[in-house]
Formats: sequence, structure tokens, C-alpha cells
Amino acid sequence: MVDGLIDGLYRDGEPIADTKAPAGPLAERWSTRVFTGHLVNPANRRKLKIIVIGTGLAGASAGATLGEAGYQVTSFFFQDSPRRAHSIAAQGGINASKNYRNDGDSTHRLFYDTVKGGDFRSRESNVYRLAEVSGNIIDQCVAQGIPFAREYGGLLDNRSFGGVQVSRTFYARGQTGQQLLLGAYQALERQVAAGTVTTHNRHEMLELVVVDGRARGVIVRDLVTGEIETHLADAVVLASGGYSNVFYLSTNAMGCNVTASWRAHRQGALFANPCFTQIHPTCIPVSGEYQSKLTLMSESLRNDGRIWVPLAQGDTRDPRDIPADERDYYLERAYPAFGNLVPRDIASRAAKRVCDEGRGVGPGGLGVYLDFADAIERLGRDAVVAKYGNLFDMYRQITGEDPYQVPMRIYPAVHYTMGGLWVDYDLQSTIPGLFVVGEANFSDHGANRLGASALMQGLADGYFVLPNTITDYLSAGPFATVGADHPAVVEAVTSVQDRIQALLSTRGTRSVDSFHKELGHIMWEHCGMERTEDGLLEGIEKIRALRREFWSDVRVLGEAGELNQALERAGRVADFLELGELMCIDALHRRESCGGHFRAESQTEDGEALRNDDEFAYVAAWQWGGGDGAPVLHKEALHYENIELKQRSYK
Amino acid sequence: MKITLKIWRQKNATNPGRLVTYERDGVSADMSFLEMLDVLNEDLTTQGEEPVAFDHDCREGICGSCGVVIDGVAHGPQRTTTCQLHMRSFADGDTITVEPWRADPFPVIKDLVVNRGAFDRIIAAGGFVSVNTGSAPEAHATPVPKVDADRAFEAAACIGCGACVAACPNASAMLFTAAKITHLGALPQGQPERAARVVSMLDQQDAEGFGGCTNIGECAAVCPAGVPLETISQLNFDLRRSMTPSRRH
Repeated sequence: MVDGLIDGLYRDGEPIADTKAPAGPLAERWSTRVFTGHLVNPANRRKLKIIVIGTGLAGASAGATLGEAGYQVTSFFFQDSPRRAHSIAAQGGINASKNYRNDGDSTHRLFYDTVKGGDFRSRESNVYRLAEVSGNIIDQCVAQGIPFAREYGGLLDNRSFGGVQVSRTFYARGQTGQQLLLGAYQALERQVAAGTVTTHNRHEMLELVVVDGRARGVIVRDLVTGEIETHLADAVVLASGGYSNVFYLSTNAMGCNVTASWRAHRQGALFANPCFTQIHPTCIPVSGEYQSKLTLMSESLRNDGRIWVPLAQGDTRDPRDIPADERDYYLERAYPAFGNLVPRDIASRAAKRVCDEGRGVGPGGLGVYLDFADAIERLGRDAVVAKYGNLFDMYRQITGEDPYQVPMRIYPAVHYTMGGLWVDYDLQSTIPGLFVVGEANFSDHGANRLGASALMQGLADGYFVLPNTITDYLSAGPFATVGADHPAVVEAVTSVQDRIQALLSTRGTRSVDSFHKELGHIMWEHCGMERTEDGLLEGIEKIRALRREFWSDVRVLGEAGELNQALERAGRVADFLELGELMCIDALHRRESCGGHFRAESQTEDGEALRNDDEFAYVAAWQWGGGDGAPVLHKEALHYENIELKQRSYK
Repeated sequence: MKITLKIWRQKNATNPGRLVTYERDGVSADMSFLEMLDVLNEDLTTQGEEPVAFDHDCREGICGSCGVVIDGVAHGPQRTTTCQLHMRSFADGDTITVEPWRADPFPVIKDLVVNRGAFDRIIAAGGFVSVNTGSAPEAHATPVPKVDADRAFEAAACIGCGACVAACPNASAMLFTAAKITHLGALPQGQPERAARVVSMLDQQDAEGFGGCTNIGECAAVCPAGVPLETISQLNFDLRRSMTPSRRH
């Protein structure tokens, strides 16, 4: 630990503020901002270049919409097709305050539920805007031909998700993310055909180019040829997703990574609330050391499935032989108002608690039952098949067990990261010209995201928010041409090449995956569902040691000038090894519990998260310290004018 | 369990490839097929041999990235994606042959990785509804009968993995194209461009070098998303209709 640092780890910096959100009544802020921002006339848009990194919901919808507007868009993604981005795997649904159910829903209620669900650590202005455009997203998606679930009258069906008491979730069986992404992908491909969007598949962003303080381009690696390419533009949009894979095992796709965000962070973009990670309560438990990822079972299953464990410790009977009075439906018992539909953070900790008590089920006692016997009896098997058929099939495929006969076993797993690059109301980072959308930014979910809100945010950012805010920045362009020989470009290219060379030339003894797994264990143990002062300090030491070992002992075979999947993973793991430390520092400094961030030292008598609003009602935005330098903390104070701050209760 | 793997190794698009044999021990029945390959790659790395390249991402059967031919069948013995195939589908002592998708429009990049960019170009040729962001009417303005919505969904479930092409003796992409034609054609939103869509998507499919469809049905038999063969009849119906001048838009 270095002297002169707070906790021996970091420095305090100047406070930061979101200067773009207009003051005034909440409901008028978005229209005010759209009106006051400068526009770019259609003839001038053709002269402006925008780079978009990633083609998930946020990236594909942003790319398509900016292309339709007439800008020159260039899109990069590491997968072989834009349709592969991990948004495709979102199962349950997308929220919108249409109030089709006449159950008291409104823009204000969706706003309220989202701020409360985020445990009062998100911005009022941003969340209200999200709720405001939620209905437009559904309209847009229906017009694209997305086959949402419908009722016999031909109108759209809805279901409930955790943390709310209305039915506002639109869905397409258990494949909502797939259908929404294909809609955005098709809109993007339409622009490819129209000539406004150029796509580069199997290209990974490895550096951000900053010239005269503005984001002006990216350095990418062609993953097939290994060639390092420079692409310059007037603005750069990161839509590169979340960083759950720092835990190695998560519900994210294998390729999900923090590299694009982390490179931007190292170039000066602040990283906000990195410790706010979401542990999803309903995932298929781990089966062995070889496990490569965890599979989510949609939260929508909690509409009809009942969660329980045996009352007695170490009860190894077949679950079907355990009579009702020897079962503990612990969520229904502890939270009668919301029952099995409490928010994710609460459901996950409750599962951990009963397993810690020795009442968990399955291998290692790390599991709880999600039981559909009552639902099958009440609704009939056919109705259950219609609603959840693909999820049941997936469960059977992975576990070899039939969930129509035996209750599913589930356990929490890392699923989503609320933290991300800091952005203002315009979704612009602290580097002018660098915009961040979707899961990659931090802005809307506070300390805990509600179910079916990620799809809403990704598409809100890409279809409706960014295309209306980026114009204000672009109205000052086109910016002065930057040549490939500009010192900033040359430096970026050189640093990318040096890093690749360093990874390939180490020729140590350990594989990239072995480092990644070890990092994942450290993060889960020390910065997972429950965090403590001592545990975090120990975690930081372990990560630092592992990072040193990585750079001296990693073994990456093959060459730079070819498809080299180990090399791709090595670069990503190297960045995770830096991010992991910042997550622990953030978790350590936030000496309160809120949402998914649970500090064992800060809990209520019932074991719920206990916030400390006097000291921590702020966004923690971290500045890269550089080299071995310590990170610098900039605080953005959160103000609640329309919602009263209070202890969350779902009882 | 013990298995013998015969895996296609090919350094790049221009080098000729060959099957390489790997003896494996201690394979768990609960491993997924790709996890079994992960463990092989860890061991190869330790031995100083380059790991086997294969495409994969979500490992939940939905992104469509993975896909190899296992013992001559696209995605192997179960009708699912390669990532959802588990080793419990094999027996102790089995010899398993693993190859990339074989089709001219899907050239091999390395080992088991192929280039499926042709699928994106078929979609770009017309696999969409032309509606700019912001111009959509209220979602409930047009009710859609549930049977139509369900039929559209069934076709829209296609994950774009390419197994249909790999399984087809003609290397036809007809099931892929027909799935999109059927999805959009079943909905009121897809009607204005219905006739033009089928023509332009088929033109692109031909231009990419995919073979013609002779109604063999191998495609639907291996499709992990369960896209029905009758979507191809729908495509042919739409194609004939597009040739009737009064229906042409």
C-alpha cells in the first residue's frame, strides 16, 4: 500500500456533475433537452462519420437509426455477424408503461419502480426519460414485425417481473432478446444495403484514438488476418456491453469483455460504480470444474414457479417425497406482498442465506428448488409448455433432468453489471465525442437493475436517446481531418502492437483460461454476493499478485498474423485483471449496502441492505491513475426531488 | 469416459486440412461438447500445440455462433446446437469425427471456423420491414391474430447457425431464407414488401452460390430452432404470387 492514499488505495478528486440535464419539471426535461440541443441538417449529416462498437440492442439500434438519419456509420464487432451479440440471449421481456392492463401503470410508476428497484442510486432525470420513451420502443418493434406474444383478440400480451406489482412486460416466449435483436439487426442490414452503414465483422477494438481532447477513432484488430487497422471519425459510440465475465463464470456469452470500455477508461473516460454487479437468482447450478459458463433460467419463471428448500438441514429426500409442511417457501414467507417476485438482489441473497444454513439442495448444497408442480396442476401442462417450453427444454438439455417431473434446481449467478463508463444526460462520457450506450454505460439502473429493464434501456439509448443527443456534439463538426501519421494515432497503434507482442512473447507455463478462472474465483469470493472490509483488502492483494504472474507466465501460442483465439482472450483477461482491482476498491470505499452491493457490515436487523444516504448518495466515478498510480474518485451527488428516499420494502 | 476424437485441422483458408486424432480420457458425461473441446485445448496448450479454433459465444443455444459436423451430422446426434449437446449423448469408447460446415458459400477460415457472411447479405437484400425509427404507429393500431403471430414466431426463431446449409446435399440456404420470408409474410407489417422481398432475397441467395432446393428435408431435420420445412412451401407460394402482375408491388 502506498502512503498518502485513502485506505492506502485511492485519491479524492474534484466532484463531477451532469451538466446536460435541464432543470425544471421532471416530465419536461427530455423534450427541453431535445429542443435546446443543436441539430445537424440532412445535407451535412452525409459529411459526418460515426464509429459504433458493438451490435447488441444498443449498438445495432443506434447504428441503424444514425444510418437512417444519413450519417456515415461504421460498425465493428468481434462476432461473425451482428446478430450474435449477447442481447440475443435475453429471455424474459421488455418493460413499457403502456398500461394496456389498466392496472395503474404510468410513466411515473415505471420511473418510480426503477429508481426504487435501483435502491436510490440512479439519476431521476435519466430514469424518467427511460420510462417516457418505453412505449415508443414497443411501437417501433411491432412495426418492424417482431412477433411479440399476443392474446386471442390480436392484442399484445403482458406478464409480471420482479420488483413491481403491475403487468408491463412484453415478451416473445422466452426469446424476447433474440426477437428484439433480430429486429435491430435487420434494420442495421437495411442500412448496409442503403450504403449508410458499413459493418466489419470479426474486428475487435483495442484502443481509442484521442486527438486534442476529442475521441476521433479506434484501433481495431482484424481477428482473421491479425492486421491492426486505424479508423477515424467525428465521434465514437461504445455499445460494447457489460463486464460480468470478470467473474469468469457468468451468464454472459464467452466473448463478452470490458476491453473497449477499459481502453477508453485508460484514455481518460471515468468508470462509474464498477462494484454494482447483479447476481441473478435463477441460474442452473455449477456441475463441475470444467464449467465454462452459467445458464440463466428467466426471471419470468418466478411468475408461476415457487421457490423452496426443505425445512430441515441436510434433507436429501427426493423433493417430490417431501410433504408441504416440511418445505420452506422462504420468499413467500418473508415477503408476502411480492412473494417469489421480489427484486433480484433480494432473491439471490435469500437463496445464499438458506444454503449457508445447510438447507441447500443438489451437489454441494448449492441450490434451491424452483417448483412448477402447482402451476402445472392449476394451469395444465399445455399452458406451462406454451409459456415456458423453451426454457424447460434448455434445462433438460443441460442437466439431464425433466423439470415437468422434478423441480428445477437453481442458484444465483453473475448476470449483469449496472456500473460502466460515466456518461452525462446526453450519454457522452468525460471524453468529448465518446458516447456510451446500453449496458456499457452506468446510467439508469442504480445499484440493482429490475428484470426486463435492460432491453428497454438498450433500445431506448440506441433508437431514441443517442440519435437525439449526439447531434448537439456533431453540429460543431466535421472536425479537422486527422492523418494516419498523427502522433496520437501512431502512439495508439504502437501501444496495441507492443501489447500483442508482449502477450505472445512471454511463452510462460499457464494458459489464459487458467488465469481467468483464478481471477473469477477471487472476484466471486471477495467481491461477490457479500463483501467485507477484510475480504476486499485480501482480494485486492490477490488480484495484484495474479496480474504480476499473468504478465510473466502466460502462455499464448500461435502468431499475431492469423486467427488466434487464445491471443484474443489474453488481451481481454489482461484488462479484466485491472478492472477487478478497481471493482474491489469501489466496493471497499462504499461502506454501505445498496441493491446488489451488500456489505456485511451494513445490514438491517432482518439482514436486508442498509443504505447510508448521508454519506453515499452519489455516483462514484473513477479516473484511471495511470501505471501503478492510484485511481482518483470523483463524486457526482444524486438529488431526489420527485421521490422520497426510503428503505426499500417488499414485505 | 474415454473417447477418440478425429478433428479437422486447417491452418487457414488456403492450406489443405486434415483430420487429426486425439485420445481423450476422463471425459465427464455432464460436460457440454464444447467444454470437452475446452479441456482438450487446455491440454494442447500445455503440450505446446496450438489449440483447436472453433466458433462459439452464448453457449445457450441462441446466438447461432457454434456449429460443427459431428459424425456426419450438423450439430451431432441431438437436434440441438453444438453448445447444448452434452457428452452424455456419447458412449465410453466412442470415436467422434468433428468437421466444419462444408459448403462453398461458407469457406473455412481456420480449423472448425467458417465464414457465414453470406447470411447477412441475404438479410440485407430484403429481410426486414422498411420502417425508420420514430415513424411507427401505436402498437395496438393493428391487431394481429394470435395464430399469425405464433406462426411468425415459429419461423422467426431461426438462429442463423447454418446447419441447414451444412446438412443439405445441395448446400442450399432455402430453409434460412424461407424462415425470414415466412416470419415477415405472416404479419400485416410485412405485407407491403412481401412480393419484392422474396425475389430479392432469392436473387442474393443464388448470387452467393448456394445450391437449389430439391425438397430433401435434411435442413429441417437438423434445425436446432425447429424451423418447419413448410416454410419452404410458403416461400414458393410467395414467389409464384410475386410473378402475378396484379400482386406485384
